[in-house]
Amino acid sequence: MAYFDEEFLAKAEKVCARYPRRGAALLPLLGQVQKEKGFIPEEAMDELAAFLGVPRSRVSAVAGFYTMLRGSPAGKYHIQTCRGIACHMAGGPALSAALARKLGIEEGGTTPDGLFTISSVECLGACGSAPALLVNGRYFENMDEAALDALLDDLRHGRLERR
Amino acid sequence: MNERTLLRDNVADIAAYFAAGGWRPLKKALSMGRAAVIAEVTASGLRGRGGAGFPTGRKWSFVPQDAQGPRYLVCNADEGEPGAFKDRELLRRNPQAVLEGMAIAGYAIGASLGYIYIRGEFSAEAEFLTAAITAARAKGFLGANILGSGFDFDIHLHRGAGAYICGEETALLSSIEGLRGQPRLKPPFPAVKGLFGAPTVVNNAETLAAVPSILERGAAWYASTGSPDSPGTKLFCVSGAVNRPGVYELPLGVPFRELLETHCGGMKDGRKLKAVLPGGASSPALTAAEAMAVNMDYASLAAAGSMLGSGAVIVIEEGRCMVELLGVLARFYRHESCGQCAPCREGCAWADKLLAGLEAGRGRPSDVETLRSCAAAMTGRTICPLADSLALPALSFISKFRAEFDAHAAGRTCRAAGGGRLA
Repeated sequence: MAYFDEEFLAKAEKVCARYPRRGAALLPLLGQVQKEKGFIPEEAMDELAAFLGVPRSRVSAVAGFYTMLRGSPAGKYHIQTCRGIACHMAGGPALSAALARKLGIEEGGTTPDGLFTISSVECLGACGSAPALLVNGRYFENMDEAALDALLDDLRHGRLERR
Repeated sequence: MNERTLLRDNVADIAAYFAAGGWRPLKKALSMGRAAVIAEVTASGLRGRGGAGFPTGRKWSFVPQDAQGPRYLVCNADEGEPGAFKDRELLRRNPQAVLEGMAIAGYAIGASLGYIYIRGEFSAEAEFLTAAITAARAKGFLGANILGSGFDFDIHLHRGAGAYICGEETALLSSIEGLRGQPRLKPPFPAVKGLFGAPTVVNNAETLAAVPSILERGAAWYASTGSPDSPGTKLFCVSGAVNRPGVYELPLGVPFRELLETHCGGMKDGRKLKAVLPGGASSPALTAAEAMAVNMDYASLAAAGSMLGSGAVIVIEEGRCMVELLGVLARFYRHESCGQCAPCREGCAWADKLLAGLEAGRGRPSDVETLRSCAAAMTGRTICPLADSLALPALSFISKFRAEFDAHAAGRTCRAAGGGRLA
């Protein structure tokens, strides 16, 4: 195991202990890799397959199935706007368009400085406080253009954690 | 019983939950014996709150009594149906009731391990729930030899990673096992061959949260509210064009009119009601007249041609284009189809393409009939209900709002948007 360090492997053993079969720890461990690295590198999949004793092809198949697991890194801040029906009715498309305009990039794109990636996601389950978006997995709800401006300003100043 | 038992105030903390009587129902259950617990829940009439509405006690009773080896109890908190946001609220406000319901259910079916499958995006709720599990363990309500009864039961959290299909119970089990979340053919049903091949019961988080109060106060008390075929209270999540969207715990059978006018403060900005999806994005639409006459319970909504589903009530106002909205639903189901059944994989994609064309004014007159036949060909032909979840709303939209579809197909006007030309 050249890719994972001792600390990760120790944590991974604890995750495995929650299940009667080691292979069941695959999704939580992929989630942990995503959280730590920002995407799922090939080397991580190689070592997870060996560590869990599951076929390498299964690791790829699982990593490719779930939308929160990325194949490549995103910008420092990954903004995901909800395109579910409730957000759609509450102005979601206009919010997404405003976001793309303000950052000068298209959906799926990353700003040249690597600060922002934008994409849309299916229903986030925040339909009572629509429209909603995620920034690095954190919910921001009841959004409008003014709130979006304030959010982008904070992010440009590195203030996600203080919001 | 016209009180809230699920969304109670100030019980999020374990000490407060205990002070309000929490965790005593488990103790009572442990003294009753498994069979009596299942009989009590069966008598209460509690039905699954995830969408299918299957009687909970009967589901528990399907676990073979003589099965050797482990059994599992799984809590489905993979809330993902567009319009649904009840479990998130429940897990924040009353997590201990979910855990206690799991312990009682685990005892009833003879399981010593339970998993909560929570959707990946709910990271704050996952942290909160992890703390709630730790607190319950520390108090001896989870773990080995609970309350000196000899019953062992522990709970682990399993986080999803972004896949709506994992809300379907067999896909959910595959996902826990470390596989892609693809539904499995039934039979065998999970009660016989479920998680890791062992007998398994999967219950929705809201269903499990109702269990402690049933044990505490009895089946007759529980059945005294709601309607005869739909006892108890339900979490209704209302979104769309209302003044006060949100989650409301109300007795099943509440008239839609009361839900809208009394609880949600009526239509937003005084607009006119056009249509309602009463049970989430997978439920057939009701017209305004149909909705205003219906009661919100399993039987009434089925009689009205729709369903209660997960209790996600999407309110659509006059002026809203139904072609556009159906397009949003089709895009969702196309994205979320797991791809193993052709009618779903191809049907959702076709519907999405046709609707995108109609919406953009690139449609042909024959497209509406093509869309209708495509939807009709998707029903009842797949392993799981995802294909039907698009097909049934699609058929209802087309039959009830046909003029809008025909207008789009003719490339003329979008009548709903006030007669303006399409771009």
